[in-house]
Amino acid sequence: MRRVVPRTAKMLGASAVAAALLLTGCTASDGGGGGGNQAPASQDEIDEALSTPTKLTFWTWVPDIQNEVDLFEAEYPEIDVEVVNVGQGAPHYQKIRTAIEAGEGAPDVVQMEYQYINSFALTESLLDLAPYGADELEGDYVDWVWNQVSKDGAVYGIPQDVGPMGNLYREDILAKAGITEAPATWEEYATAAEAVKSATGSYITNFAPNQAGQVIGLLWQAGEKPFSYDGDQTVGVNVNSDRAKEVMAYWQDLVQRDLVSIDPDFTDQWYQGLASGKYAGWLTAAWGPVFLQGTAGETSGLWRAAELPQYAEGESVSGNWGGSSDAVLASTENPIAAYELAKWINNDKASTLKFATEQFLFPPQNDVLEDPAFVDQEAEFYGGQKVNQLFSEISGTVDSDFDWLPYMDYAYSSFEDSIGKAIAEKGDLSAGLDEWQDLLTTYATDQGFTVE
Amino acid sequence: MTRTSAPPARRPRHNATQRRQNRAAYLFVAPFMLIFIAMLVVPLFYSGYLSFFQDRLIGGSTFVGFQNYVRALTDQGFIDGVLRMGGFLLVQVPIMLALALFIALAVDSGRVRGGKYVRLLVFVPYAVPGVLAALMWGYLYGNDFGPIAQTIRATGLDAPNLLSPDLILYSIMNVVTWGFVGYNMIIMYAALRSIPGELYEAAEIDGAGQFRIAWSIKIPAIRPAILLTVIFSIIGTFQLFAEPSLFDAIAPNAISDSYTPNYYAYNLAFVNQNINYAAAIAFILGIVIMIVSYVVQLSTQRRERLS
Repeated sequence: MRRVVPRTAKMLGASAVAAALLLTGCTASDGGGGGGNQAPASQDEIDEALSTPTKLTFWTWVPDIQNEVDLFEAEYPEIDVEVVNVGQGAPHYQKIRTAIEAGEGAPDVVQMEYQYINSFALTESLLDLAPYGADELEGDYVDWVWNQVSKDGAVYGIPQDVGPMGNLYREDILAKAGITEAPATWEEYATAAEAVKSATGSYITNFAPNQAGQVIGLLWQAGEKPFSYDGDQTVGVNVNSDRAKEVMAYWQDLVQRDLVSIDPDFTDQWYQGLASGKYAGWLTAAWGPVFLQGTAGETSGLWRAAELPQYAEGESVSGNWGGSSDAVLASTENPIAAYELAKWINNDKASTLKFATEQFLFPPQNDVLEDPAFVDQEAEFYGGQKVNQLFSEISGTVDSDFDWLPYMDYAYSSFEDSIGKAIAEKGDLSAGLDEWQDLLTTYATDQGFTVE
Repeated sequence: MTRTSAPPARRPRHNATQRRQNRAAYLFVAPFMLIFIAMLVVPLFYSGYLSFFQDRLIGGSTFVGFQNYVRALTDQGFIDGVLRMGGFLLVQVPIMLALALFIALAVDSGRVRGGKYVRLLVFVPYAVPGVLAALMWGYLYGNDFGPIAQTIRATGLDAPNLLSPDLILYSIMNVVTWGFVGYNMIIMYAALRSIPGELYEAAEIDGAGQFRIAWSIKIPAIRPAILLTVIFSIIGTFQLFAEPSLFDAIAPNAISDSYTPNYYAYNLAFVNQNINYAAAIAFILGIVIMIVSYVVQLSTQRRERLS
């Protein structure tokens, strides 16, 4: 026992010293950013970089992405990639920001959702990949997706998956209400909601008061452009436009007539609702079909997929919800190798097809979207429907021009406290939008942005 | 006389012992002090320093003096959070401490069968990690599938949504009470065990029953321990963080960003990227806690002096 004490003391002392060092490291940092070789990389340089033993760190939460990384390492044996999962969503970005701020310990390549690119581009934390050859990849990806990762000639990430929105619904429940085809317009959808509720007691869908991503996707479909950012100091916030209020008035009506439920999504209550038939449908993204299979396995065969209801008959327009890219941090010491990793796993057909058919990430690459191995997959869960094909078609109908604020963390969290709260209270969604607008512009002004 | 003559001879030896003992004492507290300084004092000063700056996404860091503090004192979200916790304190803490005291007295009286197990059972919730507790209570509170709502519905009544904005504060109070009754009970119980048994004998000879003994001997005797639990509870309440942050995932619209002051500071720092303002909020919260704790201590001391 006597020997244990000094050792513990020494250990504690060491950690105290380490902590002190960390602290000084924090204060001494200059905020990172900048850096990186901006000169175009020649083929010789690329070859040299890929044949030099290099160690890369890759922060990502994508399940089984090691499979694609293994393919990359087999292709370039000199490059050693360490895949690290530091969390998904907010914790992931917080850790990246902290590492950048600390000036060391930041990874080379990171998973980056489209809506967060602006916030990292603002702090000059992302490497512009165009000089490394990314500008030549444009044609490989769906137009609207490419717009999500590029701005004014700069490319900040290589698209990995996307979430064009569609409508998953329970064919059996709708049939009980005498509805044999998915509602084509929002008007029909509201009528169907009434029929479903009175005939079966189910809600045609759930309208989650916490899900900014879904609401933004629906606004995207409606042709709204609620956010803009000029890449410098000016942001545009327009979440309470007349059009946005029209869209929300539609939902307010359904919510107040108790035709759609308002449970927060991705909670136990919601999982139960999907599995138990409380909800007869889910307006979701292209990653939804596979997710649903895992959540509501017992209802296999009862679901069908369709495009979103439209605002005008005969139209085919959708929005996007989710998806992500791989970006390279500006602080990397191996920009060429890091870029090649981000590019290769999201561009080489062997890797991208693996993502699409084994991990079920919905692809942004044109060649995968046309590949029979992908689009002809028949999903038993959806009664043998070719769900991939449907969503491939939907992907082509997404409005191509949609921008984000450089502070989406706050936009999402303030959504819950304004418009989301109004939904949860079955209140005035128009006032909720006004409140959200206020919060977003106040934040922008406080942070020194000019608001358009 | 021997006393005055003895010291000169003994002093050197005594001093050497004393010095050795002192050195040992310092060595013993050194590990703690090192950690304490590195993990608490230094960060405290650092965040104090941070709270006087403003770091904006555009324009960088500038010295702003007390501006963050002024802003906090006029920030409705922060004030509401502090008031909410004030209300929480007035409702939840008396219930929790009364329960803890009751159980401690019951176990101490020796009249409860299996007192040892009762003590353990009541204490167990404190040992359950917060995340597990939130998962468990999230399930229990669930509106469609939760046993509480189902039981109420089985009796033919309308089940209230325990995770709605109106009720969630009470739901949180329930979780905190569940989690901390045992902790406070142990503190009180330990104090009860140290009361000399002769007092009870004397009381019994005087014809006092168990209730009279509890009221007139036990409770006054453990007053310092009770005061300690009160102070701990005040600090814990104002710093409430885990429960709201975990319930935010299952009831996102019932728990706002600024639901409790501590949760607000966290969100300011990590969601809004406003570390400086968060530091100021944390400091003001610390001051509020100090004031409330001091007032409580002062008022009980005065009462003691009067009685």
